[in-house]
Amino acid sequence: MTKTNERKLTIARAMAEATAQEMRIDPSVFVMGEDIGPLGGVYGNTRGLIDEFGAERIRDTPISETAFIGAAVGAAMDGMRPVVELMFVDFFGVCFDAIYNLMAKNIYFSGGNVKVPMVLMTSTGGGYSDGGQHSQCVYGTFAHLPGMKVVAPSNAYDAKGLMTAAMRDDSPVVYMYHKGLQGMGWLGTEAGATVHVPEESYTVEIGKAKVVRQGRDVTIVSLGMGVHNALKAAKTLEGQGVSAEVVDLVSLVPLDRETIRASVAKTGRLIVVDEDYMSYGVSGEIIASVTEHDISVLKTAPKRVAFPDVPIPFARVMEQHCLPNPDKIVAAWDGMKAA
Amino acid sequence: MSPTRDEQHWMYRNMVTSRRFEEAIAKIYFEGKQPVFNMANGPIPGEMHLSDGQEPVAVGVCAHLTPEDVVTATHRPHHQAIAKGVDLDKMAAEIFGKATGLSGGRGGHMHIFDADVNFACSGIIAQGMGPAVGAALSRKMQGKPGVAVAFLGEGAVNQGAWHEAMNLAAVWKLPFVCVIEDNAWGISVAKSTATAIENNADRAAAYGIPGKRIEGNDPFAIYEAAGEAIARARAGDGPTLLEVETYRLAGHFMGDAEGYRPEGEKDALFAKDPIPKMRERMQAEGTATEADLDSIEAEAAARVDAAIKFARDSADPAPEDALTAVFAA
Repeated sequence: MTKTNERKLTIARAMAEATAQEMRIDPSVFVMGEDIGPLGGVYGNTRGLIDEFGAERIRDTPISETAFIGAAVGAAMDGMRPVVELMFVDFFGVCFDAIYNLMAKNIYFSGGNVKVPMVLMTSTGGGYSDGGQHSQCVYGTFAHLPGMKVVAPSNAYDAKGLMTAAMRDDSPVVYMYHKGLQGMGWLGTEAGATVHVPEESYTVEIGKAKVVRQGRDVTIVSLGMGVHNALKAAKTLEGQGVSAEVVDLVSLVPLDRETIRASVAKTGRLIVVDEDYMSYGVSGEIIASVTEHDISVLKTAPKRVAFPDVPIPFARVMEQHCLPNPDKIVAAWDGMKAA
Repeated sequence: MSPTRDEQHWMYRNMVTSRRFEEAIAKIYFEGKQPVFNMANGPIPGEMHLSDGQEPVAVGVCAHLTPEDVVTATHRPHHQAIAKGVDLDKMAAEIFGKATGLSGGRGGHMHIFDADVNFACSGIIAQGMGPAVGAALSRKMQGKPGVAVAFLGEGAVNQGAWHEAMNLAAVWKLPFVCVIEDNAWGISVAKSTATAIENNADRAAAYGIPGKRIEGNDPFAIYEAAGEAIARARAGDGPTLLEVETYRLAGHFMGDAEGYRPEGEKDALFAKDPIPKMRERMQAEGTATEADLDSIEAEAAARVDAAIKFARDSADPAPEDALTAVFAA
């Protein structure tokens, strides 16, 4: 779709550009986190910012997630718009009180009399043998707990627009970017994530899903890396004469149930692809959102392609066995057809 | 630096207001909870943590603060809220879970938020630290006046959050003061059982900042130490750690049988009740007459009566309003 003369960016570059543009027009925006200063973020999403904005606004922190995320809550309530980085989402274990008891609840506890305009950006995903404490997605964990908006871009266009929208939101936004889409030189990247990104500032609406491929026979719903797996599977299915529609959730909270329901109403079949753990998570929520609304739209039982309920294993063959991939999505369709 | 006559009157008024308020809450709390105690019943349901005896800490510190300054408090927040100027009617209504409460009944007594005077709480031990340090960072970055004070109990210093935030405040030299209210008990666990050192102010050395312990639950001494700490913060010289010896005259929560207290401890603490002591001192030093003090007490009682009446007379929230205010409007 991208023309040759159009500028393409990685998600990392798109996030950094959105942040820089917002910081130029809004002095209340600042960034803090581990290694986000001279290093530019372990995943490149703050690269170059310290040169333009300096160490006051691009603030390296001690390894104290509880302190700096809690501090972001206090700064946000006091008129600033902090962007904080939790380097790996897996690290939420050391700081979740600041996230779900402070960041997510202070608006409610104040009856809406305080705002908590902050962005918590955090890396997700595995597939590169980083072991079980550096490879998780835990989308469902964050989306389950009320008070946080949750977004997960699948490409650089959405990444930039969501970042800008998140920084302008008066509520906390958890911005979950997938390491395998990020465009880091030292980590393989899904080529489909690096797309045309306009130079000017723009927003992508939080809470609005996108139909990224039109189809008639089956709806494949996913987010982040899963969208690319779904698109690859859709291409394979097309070769078999099957027309698959792909819905990119873009946001988990608010969840755009209307777009999902409209697509499944059209196709009558649903496959959900999620790199997070299978049980009690996003995949179950998507299916429930369809079935509790109108189960009669389904011509056959829905399917899930998700991470099995085990910690992320290290060995390459074991991890790849567990991760969703296009073949598993095609196999889910085959199972559906046989039913 | 001693409090002026006017400041002493302000301190005494707020101590008495807090005590009268807590007494009223304690009485009403048992409505509907007798003969069988069930926390869920009565006009004030849920846990209730009273601050009787700890009033000197609140007034000694807040005497130096303006509405623009930021305070975070704990699960035991009433005395600090009153001294910080939180709207008493709305706070009472919040404690009753009424529509007119600070959050319309969404928060309750452990979640007192009043944006007008920059007051916030967390019911999780030590988790007021991060937001207070963040508010101090915000003031420094914006070049706006104001300091942030986090009040915590002595048990909170053993939480990782406390250490992380103290370090952050010190390394960034923020306008922040940490005030530890040492009431000697973490629910039923004595400080000596839980904490490796006697004086938590010694921990300031670990962050390269000043630390001071104030003995005797003395509002005048607290006023003086807090004044220095807050002036230091306002001057841009960085944070200070204060630990204040205070007394928890009540149980950890209403309904606490307090079987863990040594024999005679409560009697000894009541004998040192800081409110009559302050009254005596002001009379002895000539900063207040008996008539002044009686008048302050009558005003405080009337103020509390009005707040309780406001709370009682207010309507319950619409149940479905529970589903609103999750996100900013």
